[in-house]
Amino acid sequence: MQFKIDDKIVEGREGQTILEVARAQGINIPSLCYHPDLDVKANCRVCLVEIKGRHKLVTACSTLIQPAMEVYTTSPRVSAARRLNLELIIAEHTKKCGDCLILPDCQLLQLAQEYQVKTNRLTERKTLRQTYRFGSAVEVDGSQCIDCQNCVEACARQGINYLKIKGSGSNQEVMPSRDSTAACVYCGQCTLHCPVSAAQEQVAWPEVEKILKDKSKVVIAQFAPSIRVSLGEEFGLPYGENCEGQIITALKKLGFQEVLDVNFGADITTMVEAEELLARLRDKRAAWPMMTSCCPSWVSYVEFYHPELIPNLTTARSPHIHLAGALKTYWAKQQGINAKNIVVVSIMPCTAKKEEARRPELSLNGQPLVDYVLTTRELAYLIKKAKIDFKNLVPSTNQSLFNSGSGAAAIYGASGGVMESALRTAVSLVNKESQNKIFDNRLEFTEVRGLQGFKEAKIQFPGQRLKVGVINGLSNFSLLLPKLKDYHYIEVMACPGGCIGGGGQPLPTTKAICEKRIAGLYKIDKSRIIRRAHENTAMQTYYQWVKDNHLSFQLIYTKFKKSNGSLVKSVVNKKSIFTQLFK
Amino acid sequence: MINSRSIIKKIEAAGLVGRGGASYSTAQKWAVVKAALKNKKSGYIILNGAEGEPGVKKDGYIINHYPAEVIAGLYLADQFLGTAKIKKVYIFLNQEYYKKYSAGLKVILERPKYKFLEAKTEFFVKPERLAYISGEESALLNLIEGKKVEPRLKPPFPAESGLYDQPTLINNTETFYNLSLAVKNKYRDTRFYTIDGAVKHSGVYNLAANLTIEAVLRQTNNWPTSLFFVQAGGAASGEVLNSHQLERPVEGAGSIRVYDLSSTVGKKLFQSWIKFYQEQSCGKCTACREGTYRLAELVSSPTYDDGLFWEIVDNLADSSFCALGSSLPEALRSYVNNLKK
Repeated sequence: MQFKIDDKIVEGREGQTILEVARAQGINIPSLCYHPDLDVKANCRVCLVEIKGRHKLVTACSTLIQPAMEVYTTSPRVSAARRLNLELIIAEHTKKCGDCLILPDCQLLQLAQEYQVKTNRLTERKTLRQTYRFGSAVEVDGSQCIDCQNCVEACARQGINYLKIKGSGSNQEVMPSRDSTAACVYCGQCTLHCPVSAAQEQVAWPEVEKILKDKSKVVIAQFAPSIRVSLGEEFGLPYGENCEGQIITALKKLGFQEVLDVNFGADITTMVEAEELLARLRDKRAAWPMMTSCCPSWVSYVEFYHPELIPNLTTARSPHIHLAGALKTYWAKQQGINAKNIVVVSIMPCTAKKEEARRPELSLNGQPLVDYVLTTRELAYLIKKAKIDFKNLVPSTNQSLFNSGSGAAAIYGASGGVMESALRTAVSLVNKESQNKIFDNRLEFTEVRGLQGFKEAKIQFPGQRLKVGVINGLSNFSLLLPKLKDYHYIEVMACPGGCIGGGGQPLPTTKAICEKRIAGLYKIDKSRIIRRAHENTAMQTYYQWVKDNHLSFQLIYTKFKKSNGSLVKSVVNKKSIFTQLFK
Repeated sequence: MINSRSIIKKIEAAGLVGRGGASYSTAQKWAVVKAALKNKKSGYIILNGAEGEPGVKKDGYIINHYPAEVIAGLYLADQFLGTAKIKKVYIFLNQEYYKKYSAGLKVILERPKYKFLEAKTEFFVKPERLAYISGEESALLNLIEGKKVEPRLKPPFPAESGLYDQPTLINNTETFYNLSLAVKNKYRDTRFYTIDGAVKHSGVYNLAANLTIEAVLRQTNNWPTSLFFVQAGGAASGEVLNSHQLERPVEGAGSIRVYDLSSTVGKKLFQSWIKFYQEQSCGKCTACREGTYRLAELVSSPTYDDGLFWEIVDNLADSSFCALGSSLPEALRSYVNNLKK
């Protein structure tokens, strides 16, 4: 249908909103609470537009287009309303700009400038609200909240319902649920959907910055499979573009002595997963289905919500823990460095990894294997802070003893990737064992790829057909739960789309963006000569070394235990420094 | 046996409109719900008797004096929409009305004729807080569903997709009362007026719907002897009129509050209106949540900024999510326009 925006005839389909059509046409309408993956809530009142003949202004995000409608997006009335609503919102948001991660891309700041918002007429009204910290992963700072409710919806969409709105009107506040049957699983989806960084990761960058200056330490960075196709977005590179080369250069420039690729660790995880699958198939008492355990948010979910399924989790450690273990033992020995002086910093698309790194069983001689975890956003911030021109960096290659893994490792960042990698190795191993017949020797298991929340596949194994299921987005696990026993092997990634949609990824993250990141990962897989984890000889050398030295339980396997909930700390906010300076 | 076509004809002929404030055609609403029910499994009927608007007391009055008519109205709605499809009937009352008058309604419901109706009728008592917004149809649905009390985006309208996404008929107490009269050809185009404030005979009166405010005050022997002004159509959201502007009928909610001109302090009045809205704002949208908070802050501030005050008021009218937010400016602006100019 045709209608007009700012006197220009535009085309749209029935059922589309004004905002959707306008953005498709390149017409800029600002918004804060709108997110294409969430319900339209029309809370922030920033995307207001005027429709000829209508009494009130309407929100572009919620108003469906109609034939012959005449929409005005820049009229003085629209500008005045947007300006005032922005003024009201900005006065809600205690400005802690000095160390704010998203400051370089702060929408509030940009809109304040664009609309010439008067920021001195109203006082910040939430400065004394509390910050709630969940484990060491995520925090919700009430003093910065602009009441858009996106975090609460993101949490509900995960099926967790841990974040709740208490109170009403100007007293309403996002708070953790008091219901003892709910717990935060640290997925960070709240942080990924907060437009103003009130819900955010508990940052580790200040400590990392400090330790980088400590000359007595060997500070090593290791980066996750998925961040190579997402970090570039922060610097204007196309969605899904592989920038692993620039990442290595940037990390070196930031002062890391060594930069390693967690893909190597992913190949170890695959090896352990595949071996365990085959071992369980031989074991009559094994718990079925076997379930992946490399997503720490999923592990937290099982430990709290379904402790009865703990025996089903694989004992494989997650990729960055594997690599950190290799660094602090095998590599340290080779380099002649005291492991105590090695500091491992993981760059992860994830907030839950911050909590995982604190698990006591993932330590060596009382020291955590991974010392610090930075999210993709935190790395982007450090690069921007150091004024490194990321876009134009000369890419480096991985010079380390530990290579950049197989193609199977690259796809760990996408939902179905761990499953596909494990199957690639498992079918190869099983066919080698059975020698005579080839059952299902596929390299690609495309059934388990993509953004669909629940995927499944059947794989012919000697004597039986394996049924596997892949879940992304925690709430989808409930779809599988009633028929769990029908499956042999389940992969669960807490975040929609897998790690490419992880809670630590760049803002914005949407389904459409996730698809491009996923495509980037499968492109890397296709480009690698070695596409099966067990064919990574450097990995096999290390794996053999661990076995020869009887270090499997220190370095390869892990364990889980029932949890009684997430640790919540509430922190009283003081008046922000920013406010004190300007009053 | 009641014929649904004859019911709708009688409602149409009586010209019934909603009495909750929006004045929407009752016959039209019923027809929409009935049509929507064709494709849905079940539906709901809600009697909205939880007056949240200050100065309006007629729902309680009607339930107290005419419980049989109110239940008869519910019965008609249930019959008209198809009793097999109507899963539940909610009678939504505030705490006070529930305590005082629900027994009277229950006695009527116990009549043999209403046995099936009684079985599916549930009293739903409004919490003390959010009294005003929970009277808004879609916020009321959220309240019953146990969700955050705030208005929903429309469309879909409750008539098509309301409680638990099923077609839901929501009518005011007065509408159900009027219905029972209309079907018996006894409806005489009257409405209930609540009169309070600086008057001698405050109370609820049932008078012709098209009476002017002046006529209402005179007929009830409430015409003040000293200088005065009124707020008509709700003592929070209603329009302020001076004593020369009363040759017009009451719009919106049927209430008239009379203020003594010489003893009423404008600032206090502003403070009380704004405080009411600030307390009742659900928190959903910026314009209302922040706007009412800032108005409350400003109106009591020693450094009152008149320009900012009216900017916020204009913004409430222009950009709030629901009718609650955009109704406060009516009182504030009309006070200034009709009394101060």
